[in-house]
Amino acid sequence: MTNELNPGLIIILGALLVPLLPGRVLRGAYMLALPVAAFVYLLGLPMGEMGQVELMDLSLVTLRVDKLSFVFGTIFLIATALGVIYALHVGDWVQHTAGLIYAGSAIGAVFAGDFVTLFIFWEITAISSVFLVWASGTTSAMAAGLRYLVIQVGSGVILLAGVLMHYSDTGSIAFGAMGTETLAGKLILIAFGIKCAFPLLHNWLQDAYPQATVTGTVMLSAFTTKLAVYALARGYAGTEILIPIGAVMTAFPIFYAVIENDLRRVLAYSLNNQLGFMVVGIGIGTELALNGTAAHAFCHILYKALLFMAMGAVLYRVGTIKGSELGGLYRSMPWTTVFCIVGAASISAFPLFSGFISKSLIISAAMKEGYYWVWLTLLFASAGVFHHSGIKIPYFAFFAHDSGKRCEEAPMNMLIAMGIAAAFCIGLGVYPDPLYALLPYDVKYDAYTVEHVVTQLQLLMFSALAFTVLMRTGIYPPELKSVNLDTDWFYRVPGSHLSQLANQFRSITWQWVADGTVRLATKVHDALYKHHGPEGWFGRTWPTGTMAFWTTVTLGAVVILSYL
Amino acid sequence: MNALSWGAAEPHLPILVVVIPLVGALLTTFLRNGFLAWLVATLVAFTLPFITIHLLLTVLETGQPITYKIGNWEAPFGIVYRVDQLSGYVLSVIAIIGAVIMPFARRSVVAEIDERARSWYYTMYLLCLAGLLGIVITGDAFNAFVFLEVSSLATYVLIALGKNRRALLAAYQYLIMGTIGATLYVVGVGLLYVVTGTLNFDDMASRLSAAIVDPGQRNAVVTALGFMVVGLSLKLALFPMHMWLPNAYAYAPSFATAFLAGTATKAAIYLLVRVVFSVFGVGMTLENLPIGEVVIVLSIAAMFLASISAVFETNAKRMLAYSSVAQIGYITLGIAIANQAGLTGSLAHIANHAVMKTALFLALGAVFYRVGSVLYDDISGIGRKMPLTMAAFAIAGLGLMGTPGTAGFISKWYLAVAAIDDGMYSVVFLIVASSLISVVYIGRITEVVWFREPSKAAAQAKEAPLSMLIPLWLLAFATVYLGFDTRATVGTASEAAKVLLEGVR
Repeated sequence: MTNELNPGLIIILGALLVPLLPGRVLRGAYMLALPVAAFVYLLGLPMGEMGQVELMDLSLVTLRVDKLSFVFGTIFLIATALGVIYALHVGDWVQHTAGLIYAGSAIGAVFAGDFVTLFIFWEITAISSVFLVWASGTTSAMAAGLRYLVIQVGSGVILLAGVLMHYSDTGSIAFGAMGTETLAGKLILIAFGIKCAFPLLHNWLQDAYPQATVTGTVMLSAFTTKLAVYALARGYAGTEILIPIGAVMTAFPIFYAVIENDLRRVLAYSLNNQLGFMVVGIGIGTELALNGTAAHAFCHILYKALLFMAMGAVLYRVGTIKGSELGGLYRSMPWTTVFCIVGAASISAFPLFSGFISKSLIISAAMKEGYYWVWLTLLFASAGVFHHSGIKIPYFAFFAHDSGKRCEEAPMNMLIAMGIAAAFCIGLGVYPDPLYALLPYDVKYDAYTVEHVVTQLQLLMFSALAFTVLMRTGIYPPELKSVNLDTDWFYRVPGSHLSQLANQFRSITWQWVADGTVRLATKVHDALYKHHGPEGWFGRTWPTGTMAFWTTVTLGAVVILSYL
Repeated sequence: MNALSWGAAEPHLPILVVVIPLVGALLTTFLRNGFLAWLVATLVAFTLPFITIHLLLTVLETGQPITYKIGNWEAPFGIVYRVDQLSGYVLSVIAIIGAVIMPFARRSVVAEIDERARSWYYTMYLLCLAGLLGIVITGDAFNAFVFLEVSSLATYVLIALGKNRRALLAAYQYLIMGTIGATLYVVGVGLLYVVTGTLNFDDMASRLSAAIVDPGQRNAVVTALGFMVVGLSLKLALFPMHMWLPNAYAYAPSFATAFLAGTATKAAIYLLVRVVFSVFGVGMTLENLPIGEVVIVLSIAAMFLASISAVFETNAKRMLAYSSVAQIGYITLGIAIANQAGLTGSLAHIANHAVMKTALFLALGAVFYRVGSVLYDDISGIGRKMPLTMAAFAIAGLGLMGTPGTAGFISKWYLAVAAIDDGMYSVVFLIVASSLISVVYIGRITEVVWFREPSKAAAQAKEAPLSMLIPLWLLAFATVYLGFDTRATVGTASEAAKVLLEGVR
C-alpha cells in the first residue's frame, strides 16, 4: 500500500470534524483550510497512478493524477472554497458537513483510477448531497430530496451492475475508455447519463436543485453534473451518440427556461443547456473538443455558481425567487447586481468574459469536424442562453418593474464569494492562457481572433434583433398599447410569444410524457400502498390461519415440484 | 485470542459453549434481583465469544473440524458436537452479538420489564442463547431440533414479557408458526432416520448417497428434504412464511428485538445451509430438484415485496422488521445460487446483517427508552435531540442500503458477482433494483428523524445514556470497519463456502 492519499479524502475526513468545532469563526477558518490544504497537497503529487489498496481480492487505484483529472480536481477545489465562503453565515453543522463530504467525494471520484473507487465516491456524492436538499426543511423539499436520492443512487447501482459485468467480461476494473459495444459499456453510459442529466433522464435536476437551501444549490450546481462530464470524457470520448444527445440538451431546456418563473429553476434549465455543450465536445472527441469540454466545465462551474450565488442572495434577503414578485432590487443590492451581470455576461459568452473563451473551443471543434447542423444548434442554443440567463435572470431580479421590495445588501461572506467568482470570470475572459495551459491536450488556440469575436457579437446582435422583430409584430395589437414600454417589452411581448411557442412545443412533445409519467407513478404508488400499506394485504397482521395456510402452500409446492 | 491458554478446559470447550449459558440460566432463576441477574448474564455472555472465537481460529488454523463426543459415546450412538469453519463462524457471530448488546440491556430492561419478571427475563435470554448456540454446534439432527425448541420457547417468553399487550398476540402467533416450522423439520428428520438409521449429520450424508439411487427410498428422501427446507424457511422467515416476524419484532421489548434480529434467524439459516449442503449435498438438492429455483424466486419476492411494505410502514421497528425479511432474502438467494461467490456473500451477510440490524434496533431501543414510542409521528425530529444515537442509526442504515464503504456493500457485491458467475444477469438487476427500495425506506426515516420539527415527546428527549451508546457505536463502527477490512467476514465465509462446496464433489 502506498501512502498517497486521494485529495478528496482529505476533505471528506476533514468534514467529519466540523460538527465538533466550536464557534463560527474557528469552524469557518477550518472549513476554508480544507480545500486549500487539499490543493497544496495536490500540487505536490506526481503524475501517475498511486494509492493502491486491496479490497475483496481487487486492487484499487485510489489516486490517479493526470492532466484531465488535474484540471477537474482544481476547479472542484476552487468551487469547494467558494461554496464554503458563500455558506459561512450558516450555523447548521449538518449542511456544512454534508456539503464538504459531497464536494470531497466528487473530488475523490475525479481522481479515482478504477471503477470501484469511482463507484464508491459516486454513491457518497449521492447520499451526502441529498442533505443539502432536505436541509431547506419544506415538505416539497423532503419529497424532492427523496426522489433525487433514489435517482442518484439508482445511477450508482446501474454503474455497479455495469462495472460488475465489465469485470466479469474483461477481468479489469481500470477506469479508462469504455465504448458502447458491450452491455457493460451501455450500462455505465446510462449511469453517467443519469448524473449528467441527459434528455429524459434530466428531471431530477430541475426537480431538486431549486428546492435545496440557498447555499446548498451553489454546491450542487458545481459537482454532480460536472463529475458526470468528467466521467464521460474519461470513458466515452469520441462516442458519436453523445453528439446528438448533447445537441438536444443544449436546445430543449431553452423552451422551459423561457416560461419558468422560479429564477433558480431557470438556472437549473440553463445548467442543462450548458452541459449539452460539454457533452457535444466529448462526443466529437478530438483534442480540441475535449480541451473545450474541460475548459467549458471549468468556466461554467464558476459562472454558474456565481449566478446561483446571486439568486441565492436574493432568495436569502427577499424570501422569494419568483420572477414575477421581484424587480428593482438593484437599488438595495448593487453589488449583487453587478456580480450577477458579470455571471450573465459570462454565460452568454460575451467577449472578454469566461464563457467566450471556453465555448468557442467547442463550437470551433464542431465546425472543424464538419458537424454543421450541430454547429447551428449550438449557435441557436447560445442565442437562447443569452436570452434566458443573460437577460432574464438579472433583468427580472434587479430591474424590471420595481416590486417595492427593499432589503439589505447580501451578507459580506456572500459578496466575497461572488466577488472572487466574478474576478475569475473576467480574469479568464481577458487572459485565458493559464487555463489553456491546464487543459489535457497541447492545442494552440486563440479565442480572440477577429472571426471569433465577430461571429459571437453577430450572434448576440442577432438575438437582440430577433427580439426587436418580435416586438414590432407583438406590440401592434391595440390592447397592448397601454403597456408601459419600459425595458420590459423584452419580456412582456416576445416573452409571451415565446412562451406560447414553448407551451405548444411542450404540449406536443413533453407534456404527454410528463403527464403520463405522473399518472403512472400515482397509479403505481396507490397500487403499492393498497397492497403494502399498513392496511394492505402485505402490510397488515395476518391471522395465524393465513400464515399456516401459506406455509402449507409452500410445502405442497416444494414437494409436488420435487416429484415432477 | 489464540494465545489464551484454556488449560484442562481446552478439550471441553465445545460443550462449554452450551453448558455455560445453561448454568447461567439456572443461576439467574435463583436470583430475585434484576441487577444481579443482569450481572450473571453479562458475565456469561462475555465469556462465550472468547470460546467460540478460539474454536474458530483453531479450526481455521488446522483446517480440521473439532469433534466432541458427549459422554465419550461414539457417533452413531451418542451425540456429537462439531465445530467446523461454518459452525465456528456462525457461533462467533451469535456469541459476539449476544455479548455486545448486554450493556444496553440493563437500563432498557429496567424500563420495559416489570420488576418481578426481570431476573426471569435474563434466564430466558440465556436459555435462548444456549439454544441458538446449540443449534449451530451440534452435529446431530434431532439434537438440533431440541435446541431449536429450547431457543424458540425462550423467544416466545422474551417477546411476550413486554408491556405492550400486542406482544402477547405476536408471541402467540410466533408460537404457533414456530411450532409448525419445528414440526416440519422434525418430520423431515424422522423420514431421514427411517431411511438412513442415523441422526448424525455426517453419517446421514454418507448413507444418503446410497439411498437416493434406490427408487423405493428416493421418495422418502425427497419428501424429507422438502419438509426440512420449508420448516427451516419458516423459522428463518422466508417469504411468504415471514408474517410472524414483523409483529414479533415490533412489539417485543427493545432488548429482545435487538437480540433476536441479530441472531435467531441466523441460527435457522445456518441449519438450512447445514442440511442442504452437508447432509443432502448441494449437487443432489439443487441440480436435480427444483428447490434451488423455488428458493431463488421466493428470495427475490422477499427482497421486493417486504421492502415495499417497509416503505409504507409508520412504526420504525416494524419497518426494520420488514427490512429484515428482505435482507434474509439476500442471504437465501446466495445460498440458492450455491456457487463460491454466492455462499461467500450469504455467509458474510449473516455477520454483516447481524451487525447492522442489531445496531439499528439498539438505536430504536435507545429512542424508545427516551421517547416511549417508535412511531414516526412520535420520533420525528429526534435526531436533533439524540444526535449520537441517530448518527449511529444513519451509519447502520447506510450499511443496510449497501452503500460502498460499509459492510452491506461487501455482501451485495459478492451476491451480484455470484449471479453474474451463474449467468443470471436479470438477477443482478433485481439485486441492485431492490437495494434502491431500501434507499427509500431508510431515506424516509432519515428525513423524519433529522429534518422534521421535533414532536412533543421528542422535544423533551435527551441523548441516550452511555451504556446504550457504547454498544450502539461499537456496532456502527463495525459496520464501517467491515466494509474495508473483510478478512473476518469474507475471509472466513469463503473458507466455509469452500468446505461446503467441496463436500459435494
